[in-house]
Amino acid sequence: MLPKQEVVAMLLAGGQGSRLGVLTKKLAKPAVPFGGKYRIIDFPLSNCVNSGIDTVGVLTQYQPLELNEYIGNGQPWDLDSMNGGVHVLPPYQKNKGSDWYKGTANAIYQNIPFIERYNPDYVVVLSGDHIYKMDYSKMVQFHKDNDAACTIAVYEVPMEEASRFGILNTNPDGSIYEFDEKPKVPKSNQASMGIYVFTWEKLRKYLEDDEKDENSSNDFGKNVLPCMLNSGERMFAYRFEGYWKDVGTIDSLWESNMDLLNPKVELDLNDESFRIFARTPVMPPQYIAAEAKVQNSLIAEGCNVYGDVDFSILSSGVTVEKGAKVLDSIVMPGATIKSGAVVQYAIVAENAVVGNSAVVGERPEKMENLDEWGVAVVGPNYKLGDGEYVAPKAMIGEEV
Amino acid sequence: MAGNNVVGVLFAYVHGKRISELTTNRVMASVPFGGRYRLVDFALSNMVNSGINKVGVITERDYQSLMDHLGSGKAWNLSRKREGLFLLPPFGTDNKRSDGKIESLASIKRFLANSHEDYVLLSDCDYVCNIDYKDALKAHEKSGADLTLIYRKGSSPEGIDANIYEVDENGKVTDSIVKNSGNKDVNVGMGMYIIGRRLLMNLVDVCMGRNIVDFDRAVIRKCLDEMKVNGYEFKGTALHITSMTAFFDANMALMDADVRAELFNANRPIYTKLRDDMPAKYGLGSSVTNCLVADGCIIDGEVENCILFRGVKVKKGAVVKNCVLMQDTEVGENATLNYVVADKDVSIDRERALMGYKTYPVYIAKGSKV
Repeated sequence: MLPKQEVVAMLLAGGQGSRLGVLTKKLAKPAVPFGGKYRIIDFPLSNCVNSGIDTVGVLTQYQPLELNEYIGNGQPWDLDSMNGGVHVLPPYQKNKGSDWYKGTANAIYQNIPFIERYNPDYVVVLSGDHIYKMDYSKMVQFHKDNDAACTIAVYEVPMEEASRFGILNTNPDGSIYEFDEKPKVPKSNQASMGIYVFTWEKLRKYLEDDEKDENSSNDFGKNVLPCMLNSGERMFAYRFEGYWKDVGTIDSLWESNMDLLNPKVELDLNDESFRIFARTPVMPPQYIAAEAKVQNSLIAEGCNVYGDVDFSILSSGVTVEKGAKVLDSIVMPGATIKSGAVVQYAIVAENAVVGNSAVVGERPEKMENLDEWGVAVVGPNYKLGDGEYVAPKAMIGEEV
Repeated sequence: MAGNNVVGVLFAYVHGKRISELTTNRVMASVPFGGRYRLVDFALSNMVNSGINKVGVITERDYQSLMDHLGSGKAWNLSRKREGLFLLPPFGTDNKRSDGKIESLASIKRFLANSHEDYVLLSDCDYVCNIDYKDALKAHEKSGADLTLIYRKGSSPEGIDANIYEVDENGKVTDSIVKNSGNKDVNVGMGMYIIGRRLLMNLVDVCMGRNIVDFDRAVIRKCLDEMKVNGYEFKGTALHITSMTAFFDANMALMDADVRAELFNANRPIYTKLRDDMPAKYGLGSSVTNCLVADGCIIDGEVENCILFRGVKVKKGAVVKNCVLMQDTEVGENATLNYVVADKDVSIDRERALMGYKTYPVYIAKGSKV
């Protein structure tokens, strides 16, 4: 028997992330690069470590190759520990057949044996598609103080946007009385962040019951949580304040990256007391050439910049050749922007090449019809030829 | 694989006096270099990239910063169940005439005896280069030499002792002279030696017994008299850190794309300790040209021809030119710096002006406030 862990975190990292198009064709969403040297999963993983949770199960299913390699033994997050640590949990074959993870709840259900090994009191369920810094230990404390069966983190969204979210309606004491999935007329602006704390004993029972229900789609939001509420369990909303962003779409991924350049946004990646850790490639410092012009940007190590970079994020090992312009864009690891090319309001994915004098994206102020405007995307490993053009909102990538 | 038959030994402490400012509280091996490295990173990475997975690092004193840096050796892939990194504790020596290499080798006799590899690769930490020792080892094995000395062709540094070798057309070293006057077009020893492990242990015994402890003069002389000694020429870029000016110039040499491409060869990467800083942030109105910038820097001022280590902050209105600013240095608003080498954690107040000269950069000690 392994030493008991009071809290075990389960990170749902198996989703396809189809709204990210070419970026996630061969890559699980949590492994999508973010902010120059991070990947999305660095945020929940670092949050766990910074919250004192050192037993984390990462549930993978879709295109796990790169994600598995990235997580490795967990050493970059100090999760290569003697007890606990990070464990990648793909679906596996059991003596009564094998199953893919059917839904979020089923993914946890299939890993009950993993969780039981640590005999935890509480299980934190996280998702791998949000950018935020959060001390989960405060939420667990809140959960304990309320003697709750389940606590759901909520974020206050602008009322006019509330109908896009799963909304929680609460009593004055914070207890939840209703779930309102994408309500037409929202009663509150408390959106669920997809972060749950469960009392393990309770969760196990509801997961087992849910599994027996053949009509269930085995999903937390659709099945397990409503079932708990209907059974009269104590469920509370935990209000989170600070930066939080879902990066499930191209636009929100772009915006969230750009938020790092906004001094007014509260997401300090340099805070030594709450670091975001990442597996860092071994590369020399970045070189900014004499003819380069760099402003308002975030640039990672291993970059070589000979052109102009403004309001942009360059990830590790990016090359911007002489005369090239990168404006309001995100360039992911290892990409090359060749001489004379213009990249604006765009995402250039890992190891892509933008050919000489090619143009990617357009500035919104130059558009006659703003509805046709959007962030342009060049997919991973794609080689955009010399002088070629990628229209705003367009996505170009390798055929898979 | 040949490399697995070699144990590496690094002399972390030698040559520190040549840049005494930078080695007040640290050994030569832990002198910061090139934005995110320490000199030991090059020596250690070269060994690891050549397949050597057992390396002993000999320290003398002031080795805390070195131990901080190396830790378990994980960053160099040297934290392993078998072999790996061995920090070899300080040794006592009464002999102040020499660099103590023979004494230190005598003090690690057990480490050498307990190794099973046939060869030992000895190296100092005063060169910045990317050398593939596999070639040198092949040459050593092929030639049947007892000892192979690694050298570079070029001019020898002025004012410090350097080993100048005479090498004949068969690669045999015929003479070795220590000179401290700069000479052009000579074979300059790089302080890297390949020798049989048992042979080395015998040599150390014999030399200790007869008080032959001056490594560069007497020991090499003895080897030339009694053994087959060959030379191996390293033809790549080798930046020799022999003085503060040489240190400054070697840092500045990294602005050359060819030098960077060679030193930071992706197939033979230079490893170093990680710090998990965020990417460097360039503010509104910042101007950065011809600079090498590490993660964690926040630049709001004007920077030209500089090496900025991790976490350096340059505030608005500051003008920094031709400087090497080490980890976490802060340059206040409207300060002006030219030809300055600032050690770690230096803080320069607003409006200050500091000016050195190309051949004499101003050095500001670790943690100073200006």
